[in-house]
Amino acid sequence: MITAEKISPTEKLVSDFEAVKKTLPGNSFVQSIRLKAIESFSALGIPARKNEEYKYSNVQKLFQENFTQSAIYNSQFAIEKYLIPTLDAHIVVLVNGFFSEELSSLNNLDKSVVVSSLQKAFEKHPELIEKHFSTCADINSDAFIALNTAYAADGVFISVPDNAVVEKPIHIINLIIAKESTLFFPRNLFVVGKSAQVQLVETFETHDLPVKAITTSVTEIAIDENAKVQYYRLQNDCENGQQINTVSASQQRNSHFDTNTVTLSGGWVRNNLNIALNGENCESHLNGLFITSETQHVDNHTLVDHRKPHCESNQTYKGILDGKSTGIFNGKIFVQRDAQKTNAYQSSKNILLSDDATINAKPQLEIYADDVKCSHGSSTGKIDEDALFYLRARGLGIESARKLLLHAFVNDVMQTIRINALRDYLEALIHKKLGE
Amino acid sequence: MLSIKNLRAGIEGKEIIKGFNLEVKAGEVHAIMGPNGSGKSTLSNVLAGREDYIVSGGEVSFNGKNLLDMSPEVRAREGLFLAFQYPIEIPGVSNINFLKTAINEIRAYKGLKSIEAKDFLKLIKEKQALVELQGSLAGRSVNEGFSGGEKKRNEIFQMAVLEPTLAILDETDSGLDIDALRIVANGVNKLRSADRSFVVITHYQRLLDYIVPDFVHVLYDGKIVKSGGKELALELEEKGYDWIKKEVVEA
Repeated sequence: MITAEKISPTEKLVSDFEAVKKTLPGNSFVQSIRLKAIESFSALGIPARKNEEYKYSNVQKLFQENFTQSAIYNSQFAIEKYLIPTLDAHIVVLVNGFFSEELSSLNNLDKSVVVSSLQKAFEKHPELIEKHFSTCADINSDAFIALNTAYAADGVFISVPDNAVVEKPIHIINLIIAKESTLFFPRNLFVVGKSAQVQLVETFETHDLPVKAITTSVTEIAIDENAKVQYYRLQNDCENGQQINTVSASQQRNSHFDTNTVTLSGGWVRNNLNIALNGENCESHLNGLFITSETQHVDNHTLVDHRKPHCESNQTYKGILDGKSTGIFNGKIFVQRDAQKTNAYQSSKNILLSDDATINAKPQLEIYADDVKCSHGSSTGKIDEDALFYLRARGLGIESARKLLLHAFVNDVMQTIRINALRDYLEALIHKKLGE
Repeated sequence: MLSIKNLRAGIEGKEIIKGFNLEVKAGEVHAIMGPNGSGKSTLSNVLAGREDYIVSGGEVSFNGKNLLDMSPEVRAREGLFLAFQYPIEIPGVSNINFLKTAINEIRAYKGLKSIEAKDFLKLIKEKQALVELQGSLAGRSVNEGFSGGEKKRNEIFQMAVLEPTLAILDETDSGLDIDALRIVANGVNKLRSADRSFVVITHYQRLLDYIVPDFVHVLYDGKIVKSGGKELALELEEKGYDWIKKEVVEA
């Protein structure tokens, strides 16, 4: 009797690629990158627990299920409930990772600014694609960057030319709709020119997902000299949503990049945030907040690579964990030999609301320059009982005292959100989540 | 107003208050003095309702209700105020916001509507002046980065805003220089009235030069061993606590 040998999820993804590669968009340049990417994925494989980078996030378990690959979702539906009230923004809607012309609204965008589907950009802007695609996110550094690069069929492409200032924020709404277990591969590329300025808001929601799905997304952001980019992400999937996200940004001299990652729901979330400081006098602010309950799993991995002198990076991550949820913060800072006069700060603070919640916080500093200022701190504790008693002794009920303290805990991260409508919206969502 | 009968209480299995009795009537100021370790802080913590302190016997009634049955917030809403010996710093919570929440929860408990914004601002302004607290301090996070004197003034400021019927001042004078002490005492004196009572717990007689008490009690080994008028405080200042200890041992 001959039994078919069971193949591993990695092998299946590699062999499935053979079948779909001809249908994937992109010119020969893009196709050649895809081939290298699948090769890299095949070599790296889906990381095992013994892989230090995925020690606390069991991705192999995620891929045990049989997944089908994502397809374009064509039917129309109302997106009103995914808009941020009072936020005046250009709207981009991605459904299952595919850019939806019908649902997006980009009417008043300045003509010089390009906001389009990635597929279209492959055809219309080959010079920008060849210059930037797959340059920020290294296919040899991580299996999921490789996997996404091989498979990605669409996503958002944004190009802001030199000196352009996009007045209104661009709000990218990611929606997932699937009836069967599916893998999604959204791919974004943002190219921001010299002295240009843009605010990006990206929200992640599941519109209709009765089964488990995995979204493996990659966003590359190329930030040219003296440009200013703010990038805010809100992750608010249902519990079937599972995400492995990578954001890789590359900064040129005098540029500023501020990013904020807020995770409120979603069953399983891994965020990789990689920033390369490739020029002098860059500034990066990485802030994060996660509020988890039940069996949620949220893993934030950051990597800030100081390659040039006189740059500053600042990270503040805060977590509030309830139920049996797990959180991870792993922050790596490299200061290369050339990167003198670097200022790099990192802080991770967490509150555990239940005895069953766990957090693993790990700072990692690797410093090869000698004239730098670097610091990191991490703390995890329960809600401050003395402060709680103080407030109650003034007449506040235990619930409102608790809420007041938790809001105070997240306040400094919230204050880094410089779009008022977004901050108000998040505060309302946080209030609701903490009230559960 | 406050009636404490044969109170026994302690922490971590150790009895510290051992049969304490006290009657406080409306408008009275009682000073409780005593050497270190006599149970002064335990008493204030037990009265405010701190949960790690365990009451093992006795009764405390506050305006005819059983105080020991109430949660800390209900005690506050019923009109009890504790000025903390060590006010807590709470980063990120503004003084003003938290006081507004406190006022409104107390009002809701009494069946009253929330305070109007303009009335609240007026109240804050008025009470700040009472303790010479700068406007910028009131707007900052609760006690964060305040000096010792500012923290104690902030306690009296909160007391002035919340208008309790019974205020317990737990070593509010400890660590204050004479100017800060005068400001704090002045604030307290302005709040004295026929229907508001004070229990002033202190280690030093000096405070009682400024807040003149109706009664002085000496707390030793968990109970009151001597009571008298304000002249008892002077006697203690002069002779120290040793003669009291001696009396207790001999008795």
